[in-house]
Amino acid sequence: MIGLPKRTPIAPLEYTRRLWMRGWVGLVLFFLYAPLITLIAFSFNDSRRNIVWRGFTFKYYEKALNNDSLMEALVNSITIAALATAVSVVLGALAAVMLWRFRFPMKAAAEGAMALPIVVPEICMGVAMLVFFAKIGFPTDLPWPLNLGAITIAHITFCFPFVTMVVRSRLASFNREEEEAAKDLGANEWQAFRDVLLPHMKPGLVAGALLAFTLSLDDFVITFFTSGPNTVTFPVKVYSMVRFSVTPEVNAASAMVIALTVILTTITLKMQSRMGTIAQGH
Amino acid sequence: MEDKQPIISIRNVSKRFGQVAAVDNVSLNIMPGEFFVLLGPSGCGKTTLLRMIAGFEIPTEGQILIDGQDMAKVPPNKRPVNMVFQSYAVFPHMSVADNVGYGLKIAGVGKAERESRVAEALELVKLDGFGTRKPNQLSGGQRQRVALARSLVMRPKVLLLDEPLSALDAKLRAQMQFELADLQDHVGITFITVTHDQDEALSMAGRIAVMNKGDIAQLATPSDLYEFPANRFVADFVGSVNLFEGRLTLDEPDRAAVDCPGLGKVYLNHGVTGPHGADVWVAIRPEKIYLHVPGAGKAIRGAAEDAPEGHNFARGQIKGMSYLGDITLYDIRLETGAMLRVSRPNLSRRDQEDFTWDDRVSMHWRADSAVVLLN
Repeated sequence: MIGLPKRTPIAPLEYTRRLWMRGWVGLVLFFLYAPLITLIAFSFNDSRRNIVWRGFTFKYYEKALNNDSLMEALVNSITIAALATAVSVVLGALAAVMLWRFRFPMKAAAEGAMALPIVVPEICMGVAMLVFFAKIGFPTDLPWPLNLGAITIAHITFCFPFVTMVVRSRLASFNREEEEAAKDLGANEWQAFRDVLLPHMKPGLVAGALLAFTLSLDDFVITFFTSGPNTVTFPVKVYSMVRFSVTPEVNAASAMVIALTVILTTITLKMQSRMGTIAQGH
Repeated sequence: MEDKQPIISIRNVSKRFGQVAAVDNVSLNIMPGEFFVLLGPSGCGKTTLLRMIAGFEIPTEGQILIDGQDMAKVPPNKRPVNMVFQSYAVFPHMSVADNVGYGLKIAGVGKAERESRVAEALELVKLDGFGTRKPNQLSGGQRQRVALARSLVMRPKVLLLDEPLSALDAKLRAQMQFELADLQDHVGITFITVTHDQDEALSMAGRIAVMNKGDIAQLATPSDLYEFPANRFVADFVGSVNLFEGRLTLDEPDRAAVDCPGLGKVYLNHGVTGPHGADVWVAIRPEKIYLHVPGAGKAIRGAAEDAPEGHNFARGQIKGMSYLGDITLYDIRLETGAMLRVSRPNLSRRDQEDFTWDDRVSMHWRADSAVVLLN
C-alpha cells in the first residue's frame, strides 16, 4: 500500500456518506421543492406572462395586495381556518379523551365513524355538504362573517377527526397513575384534567391545531361546493384567476400564503420542541 | 395496642373482576403507627386491596373503614390517605417544588405556608435544594423521594406505597429499605406497603400479610412468618424451604414425630395438635441443617441428641453446589432418592473447601428446626 487513504472509509451504517444515497435524497428534495421554488421565483418576474425571466420586480406583490377581491378571499380563508381550528381542537380533543378513557357499547363503531371523514373522498363530502345545506335551507345572504358559516361547519367536519387522531396517539403515552396521583392529592376530576392530562396532551393539541389550520386553509373541493356566490376563499379565488391566465400576481399571492404557513409551522414546532423537552420527565 | 382503635379496618372485602375474584373475603385490622406490608406473588390481589384503600377500586362486597369512617361513598380525593405509586407518577411538567406543593395548592393552603411545608418535606426526604429542578433532571431514586415528599407533605393518616422500591437497583433498594423504615419511625404515620419481594417485606415490616389468590395466607411478624409458617404456601414463598410429605406418628403436648418417606424420621420437641396418623408436610429451612463428614461424628452428632436415635438424621451425596460468598448452597441426593438443599455459612475463609461434588455426607437438624404443616 502506498500512502494513506485521504478519507476515512465509510462505515457500514453511514448511508448518508454514500454517493447513491445522497443522489437519491437530492432527487427527492428536488421534486419536492423545485415547483415551489419556481413559483416563488417567478412571483418576482417582471413579465405579464409567466414563461421567460424578464427581470426582478415587487410590483406583482403590490398588485396582489391591492387586489380587493383576492385580499377578501384571503381574509375569508384565514377567518374560516381560525374558526375551524378552534372548534376542531376542542371537539377533537374531547372525542380523543372519550375514546381513550371510556369503554362503552359500540365503541369500535364510534371510532370508525369518527375516522370516516378522513377516508371519504373529498368530492363526495363536498357534494353531500352541498345537498345537505341546500336541503336544510342554510341562509346564504348573511352579512360577513356569518356568511362563512356553511364553509366553516364543513371544514370542522373534516378537520376534527385529524385532531382526534393526533391527540389520541399522544394520550396513548400517558401514565394513568399521574392522574390518579393528582386525585390522590385532592384534585377533583376537572382539576386533575387541567393540571395533569391537559399539559400532557398539549403537544398533540398543537400538532392537531396546525394540521387543522393548514387543511382548512388550502381546502378547495369541499369549499367549492359549500361556498355561496359571495363567499370566495383563497384557493377558490386562485383557481378562478388561473382559469384566465397564470399571472405573477397569482404567484405572489401564493408565495405569501406559503410564507404564512411556514412561519406558523416554525413557531408551533419551536413551541412544541420546547414543551417536548419539558414533558420528557418520564 | 389492644385498646387502640384500628386506623384501617377491612371487613369481609371482596373485589371481583367479572368471574375472577382478585380479593376474596379479606378481613384485616391495621393499627396506627404500624409499618404494614402486603406480600405476595403477582396477581395475588395485594395491589387491588391497596387501591381499594386509596379509593381507586370499589369493593364488590364488604366495608373499608379509615379511622372509624366508612369509606364506601368517599372518592379518592377526599380520603385521609396518600399513595406513592409504582411508577412514582411524578408530574413531568412541574418542578420538584410544584410537584410536592400540588396537594397543598389544591387544598387552598396559602403560598407562604405552602413554601415552608414544601421545604420541610424536601428536607425530610433529603432533597433540599432540588426544588427548582424538573423531574427529568432527577435519578430514579430522587424521583421516588419526590413522590414520597409529595404524599408526606399532606400529613396523611396512612401512607400507601405500591411496590415502592421495585424500580430501583439492588444497592439503592437496600439503602431505601432502611431509609423508609427510618422515615416511618420519624413521622409516625401508618405505612402500608405492597411488595412481591420477601427481603423487602422482612426488613421493613412490623407485620406482614402474605396474600395468595386473593386471600390472606398468613398474617404475622417477619420472624414468625419465617420461623413458623402456617402453611406450605407461606413456607415456600417466604425464604427457601425443603418440603417433605409425611405421616404424623406421634403427637403429644411436648413432642411429636413424623415419618417422611423422603427424608426419614423427623422428631420435634413440641406438639403439633394435628389428627393422629394424618398426612402432613414437614418444612425445614436449608440453613437449619448441619452438614458433616460421615462417621466424623459422635461429637457433632451430639447436637442431635435432643432427638431419639435414628431421628433427625440423613445421609446423602452432594450433587450440586453454589458458592455465594457468605454462604454455600449444597444440593444433596439423599439415600431415599429425594433432594435436599442445605446452606452452610462460610465462617472462615476456607470453609467452602470442606465439601465438594460427589462427597458422601451426613446431615442432622435439631428438634426445634422442622415445622409441621397441616395444609
